[in-house]
Amino acid sequence: MHLAQDMNRLTRRVPTWLVWCLGMAPLTWLAWGLGLALQGQSGPLGVDPVKTLEHETGLLALQFLIAGLAVTPLRRFAGLNLIKFRRALGLIAFTYLLAHIATWAVLDVQAVSRVIEDLTSRTYIMVGMAGFLLLVPLAWTSRNTAIRRLGAVRWRRLHMLVYPAILLGGLHFVMSVKGWPVEPLAYLGAISFLLGLRLLPRRRHASV
Amino acid sequence: MAHGWKNTSRESAITPETLYLNRRRLMAGGAAALGAGLVPGPGAAGPFDAATDPNSLNDITTYNNYYEFGLGKSDPSRYASALTTSPWTITVDGLVEDPGDYDLREILNGKTIEDRIYRLRCVEAWSMVIPWQGVELRDILADLRPLDGARYVHFETVLRPDEMRLPVGVIDWPYVESLRLDEARHPLTLLATGLYGRDLPNQNGAPIRLVVPWKYGFKSIKSIRRITFSETPIRTSWMKSAPNEYGYYANVNPQVDHPRWSQSSERVIGAGIFGNRRQTEMFNGYGDEVAGLYAGMDLRENF
Repeated sequence: MHLAQDMNRLTRRVPTWLVWCLGMAPLTWLAWGLGLALQGQSGPLGVDPVKTLEHETGLLALQFLIAGLAVTPLRRFAGLNLIKFRRALGLIAFTYLLAHIATWAVLDVQAVSRVIEDLTSRTYIMVGMAGFLLLVPLAWTSRNTAIRRLGAVRWRRLHMLVYPAILLGGLHFVMSVKGWPVEPLAYLGAISFLLGLRLLPRRRHASV
Repeated sequence: MAHGWKNTSRESAITPETLYLNRRRLMAGGAAALGAGLVPGPGAAGPFDAATDPNSLNDITTYNNYYEFGLGKSDPSRYASALTTSPWTITVDGLVEDPGDYDLREILNGKTIEDRIYRLRCVEAWSMVIPWQGVELRDILADLRPLDGARYVHFETVLRPDEMRLPVGVIDWPYVESLRLDEARHPLTLLATGLYGRDLPNQNGAPIRLVVPWKYGFKSIKSIRRITFSETPIRTSWMKSAPNEYGYYANVNPQVDHPRWSQSSERVIGAGIFGNRRQTEMFNGYGDEVAGLYAGMDLRENF
C-alpha cells in the first residue's frame, strides 16, 4: 500500500479548486465552440454543433458521475483516498447535466410543445430525465450546512439516490443509440461494476 | 430515358438548377472557398435562402453515416480514404438475363450523367441538400434486363475488412438494402457517381451509390458491389438490426414517428444554431412524384 499512501499524501496537497478547473475546462471549450457556431463560423463542434454539444455534455456528465462513484471503491479496495474531491465531481457532473438538458430543450427541440412530447412519449428521454430529477436534491444538499441540518445518517441515505440516478443515466445512453454499439454498453458496464462492488460483503474488521 | 425529372419542375425551395450552375461556374473560377461553410463566396450572395441552399462541400463530406468506417459522423471522412474504389466490379445476379461480374465503366458506358439537387432526410431527423451527379437507376436496370418474375432489386455494399473498421454490435455486415422494382424504376431514383461536380468522395459512397430522395437516407446504400433481382423482398440490414424501428419502405413520413423520436420535424444541417428546425414533408417533399407508388397502402403499417 506504499503507492496508495504516497498518492494520498500527494492528493492531500491538491486543492479542490483544481478539480473544478479541470472539470470546467471542457465546458469552457464547448461554450467557445457554441459561440463560434452562433456566429455562423465552423469551429470545434463541427458540422452539427447542437448534436455535438448534446452528446459531449451528456458524456461528460456520465464520466464525472462515474468518477464520483469510483471514489468509495478506490478507498475500500485500493486504499486511495479521494473523498475530498467527491462533492466537486458530483457537482461538475450536475453542471454538465444542466448544460445537456438546456442544449436539448433550447437548441435541439426548440419548443415547449416538443419538450413535452419528448418527455411524455420517448422512453429514453423519460429515463434520462428521471435520473436527472433524482440528482436535483443531491445537488441541493451538497453544502456542509445541509449535511449538518439533515444529520450525517439521513444525508448519506439521501445521497444513495445517486445509485439509481447513474444507472438511469447509463441506460439512457444505451437506449439513445441505434443497435448495441460498444461505447454505451461499456459505460453501463462500468456503472454496473462500480455499483456491484458495493454489494460485496464488508469484512467485519475492515473499517476499524 | 434520362432526364426523367428536373429540379426546376418543382415548386421546391431548393435552389433552382440555374443558380446552382452559376454558382458552380463561380466555384470553377476559383472564387469561392469550398468548405468555408454557408457563405458561398465573394459575390455569390444571391436571392437564395441560406437554409435551403445546397449544403457546403464541407458539410456533405464531413458529416456522414457510413458505419463500415465507424459510428461517429466524422469517422467516414477520417477513415474512408482507405477504400480502394478502382477498379470496381459489380456482381449482377438473381432473376436477370445475363448474370455476371461487370466493370463499373461498362455499366456506366454511354449513360447520361446529370445533376440532381435532392434533399437527403436522415432517419435520425436531420437533413441536408446535396447536388448529386449520377444516372437514373432505371437506365441501368434496362440494360441489365431483369426477368419477368423479378419484382424486387437488392443491393449490397462492398465488404473489405482490410480497408474498413466494421464496428461490432450494430449491423450484420455486409450492409444490404432493397427496393421494389417500381420504386427502383422511378425517375427520381439515382445511382450517384459524383457530387458538386467531382467524383463521389469515399465517405459519400464511392464509386457508386443509390440515392432515393423520398426515403430515409439509410435506404440510399453506398459503394454498391452487388445488384440482385428477386421475386421476394429481403430483410434489409436495419430491419435485421431493429425490426421495430426500421421497415422495408422507410418512406419519409412526418406522421409516423420513430419509436425513439419524432419524425415531424428535422434539423437542417448547416443552418446555424437557431432556426434550423424544419417541418418534415411527406415523402420528403417528393409526394407529387411518388405518392402513386403507394396508393392504397397503409403507410403506418408499411413503415
